[in-house]
Amino acid sequence: MTRVLATALCEFRVAFRNRWVVIATAMMALFALVLAAAGAAPTGDIGVDRLSVIVASLTSLSVYLVPLLALLMSFDAVAGEVERGTLPLLLTYPVSRFQILLGKLLAHIAILGLATGLGYGLAALAAILADRGALAGLPSLWRLVWSSVLLGATFLGAGYALSALARRTSSAAGLAIGLWLLAVVLYDLALLALIVSDAGGPLTTRVLPAVLLSNPADAFRIFNLSAAEAVAAAGGIGGAAAAIPLWQSAASILLWPALALSLAWAAFRKVTP
Amino acid sequence: MTSTLQISRLTKRFGTVEALSDVSLALERGKRVALLGHNGAGKSTMMKIILGLIPFDSGSVSVCGAAPGSAEARAQVAYLPENASFHPALTGEEQIRYYLALRGENPKLAMSLLEKVGLAHAARRRMGGYSKGMRQRVGLAQTLIGRPRLLVLDEPTSGLDPVSRRDFYDLLDGLAAAGTAILLSSHVLTEVEARTDRIVILSGGRLVAEGTLATLRGRAALPVVVLVTPAAGEEAAVAQAFPEAACAGDGRLRMSCGQAGKLPLLSQVAALGAQVADLDVIPPSLEDIYSHFSRRDGQ
Repeated sequence: MTRVLATALCEFRVAFRNRWVVIATAMMALFALVLAAAGAAPTGDIGVDRLSVIVASLTSLSVYLVPLLALLMSFDAVAGEVERGTLPLLLTYPVSRFQILLGKLLAHIAILGLATGLGYGLAALAAILADRGALAGLPSLWRLVWSSVLLGATFLGAGYALSALARRTSSAAGLAIGLWLLAVVLYDLALLALIVSDAGGPLTTRVLPAVLLSNPADAFRIFNLSAAEAVAAAGGIGGAAAAIPLWQSAASILLWPALALSLAWAAFRKVTP
Repeated sequence: MTSTLQISRLTKRFGTVEALSDVSLALERGKRVALLGHNGAGKSTMMKIILGLIPFDSGSVSVCGAAPGSAEARAQVAYLPENASFHPALTGEEQIRYYLALRGENPKLAMSLLEKVGLAHAARRRMGGYSKGMRQRVGLAQTLIGRPRLLVLDEPTSGLDPVSRRDFYDLLDGLAAAGTAILLSSHVLTEVEARTDRIVILSGGRLVAEGTLATLRGRAALPVVVLVTPAAGEEAAVAQAFPEAACAGDGRLRMSCGQAGKLPLLSQVAALGAQVADLDVIPPSLEDIYSHFSRRDGQ
């Protein structure tokens, strides 16, 4: 455990010096505040508190931003060590590859936690200052924070896996952006096309839920929207997936980080320094 | 007593290329062995196998009685890679603290380790601004963590100035005296000559020679070179006295002879008296011995 913590401390330091902590936090805070300001308008119409509406908007934001941040922080994890030539020495130390990955994951999760916690916290603060009733939305905000961290962990693991597979930072970066486009943007577009062409047929009712749950980003969105019962406020895919039970989306966002980390471990074990 | 490092009939192939074939080597406690060879001779491959970084095809390797790369072996082996590199955003002290923690040692020892390699003044600066020699010292400092039973050093003195090199070999002497076995590769043959117990020459993946410098020198039986500088105006006379000599270019005459012919040749030179201004006797250097053995195999 000391080895994992020492690795995490070292990684956190590097990320801090590379301004990742500041960039991630500032980015989250900025977007969250903009959404808080913009999302304040429709409260009256929907009849829920201001914060719950903001959480619904933040969910849509997080689906894009958290995976992107996670991939940006992780694509360098193994390939960077290979390119800098620091990996052979590290691997001669009495520390396992799994411990190394776990240490990096801890540090990056801490940064994501800090960024989402501070960013969303600011938005919440703004909402509560404007309207005391927004306090009612705090549980959904808390849910958004921890599920964002889990979503981030999934993409961190995926980033490590790509980094280990690519072994060069430039190609790892390309793969990371590719994964982001595929999982977060194109996947949903394809699903929308499916829904439109199927027009409520068997594909939409039977296949769609499974397809949505198997994508961590969609599972995250569904989990937060259905948990907050704000599906109506978000619409789109969220509306189509209203039928998915909460435990299923929760299971998906809990299982994905473990799966991604296993993939990363498997890929890292194949790296010969 | 078992050796700290025991390699027998080690073979490693990369595709169809044999990087190492049938190499056997034993390294006892407290011994310093220099591994010599051209680029591509298999030195780094051998080191990586000993460290458990890459697998091997056949033969056996035992590191401190354990399999290479096993947790037990890794706990007792320290490594210095060629061109040691570290994360530029970390300071030397932070890096050493990290390595101490990984070895289960107290991170507070970092400063004293950096002092040992003469880097205390830069310990709190980021390594991105370090020179190659400074990074090499950080690399050396991390090999001193704990009490490694085996040190594997790949070109340890590259990038170090002559004084630092001497300090470095002094450190190694201390470690060896305390029982650490040391395997190092180097291209600077003169320092290897003076500061190691045994020399191992690899060529094309084969172990072509092993022994003390004296044994290797005797076995190679290479000629001794004698350089004679004639006194001013005596060039022709001296050249006449040694018709077999070649002109070295700078006015000096160059002759070579076997070990047995050395003393007769010297007395011949001495007989010329004032006609000779200076005399240099150059024994076969480690370079010569090295190329003798590695070339022989190459043919």
